[in-house]
Amino acid sequence: MMDNQTVLERLKTRLGDTILESHEFRGELTVVVPKEKIVDVCTLVKNDPELAYDFLSDLCGFDMYTPSKRFGVVYNVLSLRNRHRFRIKIFTDEEDLKVPTVTGVWRAADCAERETFDMFGIVFEGHPDLRRMYMPEDFEYFPLRKDFPLMGIPGSLPLPKK
Amino acid sequence: METHFEEVSHRSKILQALEDQDTSASFLDPLESEMILNMGPQHPATHGVLRLLVKLDGETVVNCIPELGYLHRGYEKLAENCTYHEFIPHTDRLDYISPLSNNTAYSLAVEKLLGIEAPMRAQFIRTIISELARISSHLLFLGSLAMDVGALTVWMWSFREREKLYDIFENLVGARFTTSYTRIGGLAQDLTPPATAMIEEFIAAFPGNLEECERLLNRNRIFVGRCDGVGVITREQAIDLGVTGPTLRASGVNHDLRRALPYLIYDQFDFDVPVHEGGDSLARYYQRMAEMKESVRIVRQALDKIPNGPIHAFKPHNVLPRKKEVYTRMEELIHDFMLINFGIDPPEGEIYFSIEAPKGELGFYIMSKKGDGHPWRFKIRSPSFVNIHALPTLLKGAMISDVVAIIGSIDPVMGEADK
Repeated sequence: MMDNQTVLERLKTRLGDTILESHEFRGELTVVVPKEKIVDVCTLVKNDPELAYDFLSDLCGFDMYTPSKRFGVVYNVLSLRNRHRFRIKIFTDEEDLKVPTVTGVWRAADCAERETFDMFGIVFEGHPDLRRMYMPEDFEYFPLRKDFPLMGIPGSLPLPKK
Repeated sequence: METHFEEVSHRSKILQALEDQDTSASFLDPLESEMILNMGPQHPATHGVLRLLVKLDGETVVNCIPELGYLHRGYEKLAENCTYHEFIPHTDRLDYISPLSNNTAYSLAVEKLLGIEAPMRAQFIRTIISELARISSHLLFLGSLAMDVGALTVWMWSFREREKLYDIFENLVGARFTTSYTRIGGLAQDLTPPATAMIEEFIAAFPGNLEECERLLNRNRIFVGRCDGVGVITREQAIDLGVTGPTLRASGVNHDLRRALPYLIYDQFDFDVPVHEGGDSLARYYQRMAEMKESVRIVRQALDKIPNGPIHAFKPHNVLPRKKEVYTRMEELIHDFMLINFGIDPPEGEIYFSIEAPKGELGFYIMSKKGDGHPWRFKIRSPSFVNIHALPTLLKGAMISDVVAIIGSIDPVMGEADK
């Protein structure tokens, strides 16, 4: 069994300054890294023999609705062997919505990244098939952004003629 | 004119995606034996509104792309505009085959965010209903898989059992299908003696009835022939694709969140985590049959050990008071008013909590901000969504007639895949 402290120490020795920030809430560890390094970090946490986070439970985007670092992506990873979870987080600005893909590390990221692109418009560079997941292909907006109204935008979805 | 062009480009994008190096590199298909079949969204074997684009070479599946979104209701967006209590009924509509385990998962996630815990009796009842929901879900799997490969009797028999479960839910919750049973920090109603008697009666008779179904299927040449060696997924592929639940364990991975990261009171019970090695449709069938038997064991132990006591945590700022108290007491009326109108105000932070739902890992990622009655970001990690995206791997090389047996064996529910 691993605990958060051991994981964080191990990450710090392997990654050094790459870890921008780390905090714990309700016993869950969150580590913030720069988005350029995300593939390196994910490869390391997956392949490091002590960490072995071989399972990507979930990947999702979020919108903080702040002038800088508005969007971000959260990676919830699980180690099947150590039975431990932690979370990697990256931030990205609204002007530059490109984030490197981690489909090369876990194939589970494929569908989750597509969904994140669909909902937030975050572009995962290098993703093999970045299409809309739920919304129609010609939909112009990103529904989970905070500036998208709950009721939707009238006329944004083509409806059949009466 | 422009929309027409967009339509064409969208279509060609999908067709392009179907063609990768494995499938279309060297030969030109001189006999024109390749075709693209559009399966669903209205197909009886796709368990709802799943649409599959299947590329066929004769009768063999060369590639497949699942298309989702026909049941997308935007629950994540809705959750950001609901109070935490208001969202409970929406969790019923995720995996509508086992709403009780969704209710449990959601309440546990919010309780983790708030840092509170339900009393012991409530935890026991939640365990019982989660396991009953697992049996209910696996029974539907059993019936529909058997029907997909042509055995109608099992469908009737498994639905007879599900009907008994629905009667139990009706007695316990007041609703058969859309239960909304759990509350944050507790439950809607207590487990009554008649409901306990019904559950006891059910679990006494159920193993025998399940055996009847097994006797119809386990040595049935057609059933075994249709499922054996079909839709194989290896251990490594399953982990890499993020597949969870019985589908993962049928590939030989001993991973069950009830054991790996225990929640509720699962660490107090004696039960096994069945694992099968085959990784094919038949292994997934055996896996679920074994899991139902383990669920019966858990329910039996929980009924034996269940303590008396309250079913609500005493946390007036977070837990809704009882109706009777709201009508008769001042403080409770005030708390009820505040909770209904402004919602719970959890501390700023983020949590990820997941349970072993019947179909796999059902997780909720909640990001909250102080002073906001509702979540800032609410993400549902649904098992069916991820399992469906293992279909291209499972289907490659299979025959067209096996497609239904493979979809049936991973048992997706579109309500949670489309959110």
